[in-house]
Amino acid sequence: MAAIPGPVTELLESALVAELTVVDPNGRPVTYPLIPLWDGERVYMTSSTLFSRKLEHIGANAKVSVSITDPISVGGRTDRATIQGDARVIDDDPHGGWERLLPIWSAKEPAIVSFLKARVALPLFFERALIEISPRRVLYWPSGDASTAPQVVELGKEAA
Amino acid sequence: MRSTPAIDARAGLDKLATYPFQIATWVDDSGYPVSVAVQASVDPGTLTATFDPPAGLAIPTDRDVSLTGSHIRPQPGYGYDERRHVTVWGRVTPGMRPDPMSRVLTLAARSAWGWDESETPFFEYSERSVPRSRRYFDALSSERGTPVKPRLSFGFLALRSTRLPFLTATIVPVVLGIAIAASHGVFDLWAAALTVIGASFVQLGLNVANDVFDSVQGADDANVTPTQFSGGSRVIQYGLVSLRQMATLATVFYALAGAIGLILLATRGSTALLVIGVVGFIVSLGYTAPPLKFVYRGLGEIAVAVGFGPLMLLGAYVVQTRGALAWEPFVASIPIALLVALILYVNEIPDRRGDAHAGKRTLPVRFSPRAVVTGYNVAAAGAYVAVVVGVVLGILPVPTLLMLLTIPLARQVSAGLMPNYDNPYGLMAFMGVNVKLHLFAGLLLLAAYVVVIGVMAVAPGVDLFIG
Repeated sequence: MAAIPGPVTELLESALVAELTVVDPNGRPVTYPLIPLWDGERVYMTSSTLFSRKLEHIGANAKVSVSITDPISVGGRTDRATIQGDARVIDDDPHGGWERLLPIWSAKEPAIVSFLKARVALPLFFERALIEISPRRVLYWPSGDASTAPQVVELGKEAA
Repeated sequence: MRSTPAIDARAGLDKLATYPFQIATWVDDSGYPVSVAVQASVDPGTLTATFDPPAGLAIPTDRDVSLTGSHIRPQPGYGYDERRHVTVWGRVTPGMRPDPMSRVLTLAARSAWGWDESETPFFEYSERSVPRSRRYFDALSSERGTPVKPRLSFGFLALRSTRLPFLTATIVPVVLGIAIAASHGVFDLWAAALTVIGASFVQLGLNVANDVFDSVQGADDANVTPTQFSGGSRVIQYGLVSLRQMATLATVFYALAGAIGLILLATRGSTALLVIGVVGFIVSLGYTAPPLKFVYRGLGEIAVAVGFGPLMLLGAYVVQTRGALAWEPFVASIPIALLVALILYVNEIPDRRGDAHAGKRTLPVRFSPRAVVTGYNVAAAGAYVAVVVGVVLGILPVPTLLMLLTIPLARQVSAGLMPNYDNPYGLMAFMGVNVKLHLFAGLLLLAAYVVVIGVMAVAPGVDLFIG
C-alpha cells in the first residue's frame, strides 16, 4: 500500500487554499477554492450551507480532486500536486459537527476563531458540512512545470 | 435570485487573462477530475484560450474542459483576503503552433462562473446565497423525515431577533424625560422603572413586527445588502425563527407594553398619558403594518421622530408629573427626535434598492444621493439649532449646550455618506457613528439635567436658565 508522498502532505499542511473539483450532473468539472485540512490520513474541507451546490454534486458523484497550484498560498513553494479521491459529505450536525476540525482550520486561518465567537453576525456561514476526501491517486510535479510528466502514485482503496 | 452575478464567456476570459497561471481541469476516463497548472494565452476577442499540452496527460476533446484562475493574498497570523476566482468552460481542440512548430491546445469558451470579493462583497455574496442554504436544509429535513434547521444559541437568537442593542433609541428619551421631571421636583422610582420597561417593550414589539411585515411584504427578502444596522434582523429569512413565531413574539411584546401602560394609567393616569399611549401604539404598529405603513409611504422618518422623540420623552415626563405638561420636555425632545430619525434615514441608504423593489418609498428611494445628504445636514443642524434656540429662549437650561460637543460626530457621518453611498459595507462604519451620535447627544442632555438637579440641591439660588 503506497502512501501520499511527503512533499505532497507538506503542501496540504501549508496550503492556505486548494482547488476542490467536483463533477456536476452533466459530467462537467466544477472547481471551488477552499482551505485544505489534512489530518494525516484524509483531506478535509468544509462548506457553508450557503454555498452548498458542491455538496449536492458530491452527493451525486463522489469522485473529486484537490489540487494545490498557487505558490503564493504555500509560502513560495513551486511544486504542485493533484490528489484524486472519493468524497463523503458529513452533515449530521451542520451547526457544530464541523468544529472538530477547528484546531487545524484555525492553524491556517486564525481569524476563524474570532469570527466563530461572533457567529450571530453571520449565522448561516457557520452552518457547515464537512467534506471528507479519501485519497486514491496522487499526481505530483516536483518542479511545478506541466511540461514534465507528473509522478503518479496509486494509493488504492485500502489506503483510505 | 442568483448568488453571484452571471458572467458570460467573454467576461470570464477577460478575468482569466489577469491571473498569472491557469488550472486546466477535466474528468479523466476513470471519472475523477484532473487538474494541472498551465500558462494559457487568453484571447477574449476570439473567445479562446490556448496552452501547451501538459506532459504525460491526455486532455480529452469529447467533453468539457475548464480553465480556472484563483487568487488569495495571505495575511500571516490572520488568514487571507483578496479572494477571487473564475472558471471558463469549453471544448478543447488540438493544433499546431508555428515557429517553432509545437503542439497546442485551444479551448473554445462557452460559459463562465466566478466570484471576486472586490466586486461582490462577501456579505452580499452570502446574502444572495441564503435561498441555497434554505434549500439545503429543506433537503436534509426531507431526507431525515424530521425538521433540520439552522440554529443559534438562545442568547444570540434573542439578541438578533429583537435587535436588543437598538433599545438605546427608547432608553435615551425616556430617561431624559424622567430627568427633566426630576429637575422639576417630581420623581417616582417605581413609575420610572415601569416607564422604561413598558417603553422598551413597545420598541421590541416594533422591531419584531417590523420584521414580520417587511417579510410579508417582501422588503427584507429583496434586500441583499443588509448590514448590522439595516435590513432587519433576517431571522425569518435565515430560517432561524418562523414568521408565525415572530408574529407571536411581537404580540407578546405589545401585550406586555399594553399591560404596563394600563398599570401606569391606573396608578398615575392622565388624559395626556392616555393620548400619548394610544398615539404611540398607532405609530409603532403602523410603522410597517397595513393599512398605515408609514415607512412604505416615505413617512418612516417622521413616525420614528415622533415616536422616539416627543412621545417617549413627554410620555415619561407626564407619568412622573401625573399629566402636567411643559414646553421644556417638548423642546428637549426635538434634537432627540431629529437624531433618531437620522439613524433610520442613513440606515435606509443601503436598503434603498430592496426597498424600491418592495414598493417601500423611503426618502433615499425617492430622492437623489445629493438631496439625501443635504437632508442629513439640514436635519442634523436642526438638532443643534433647536438646543441653542431652546437655551436662548430660556426654555432649556444652559448646560444642555453640552450636546454641541457631538457636532464632530455629525460632521463625520455627513462626510462619509457620499463616498460610501453605493458601498453598504463602507457605509456601515458611519452608520455606527450615527447611532453613537444619537446616544452621546442623549447622554450629554441627560448629564446636563444631572448638573441642573445637582445645582438645585447644593445651590438652590443659582439659575441655570437664561432670562
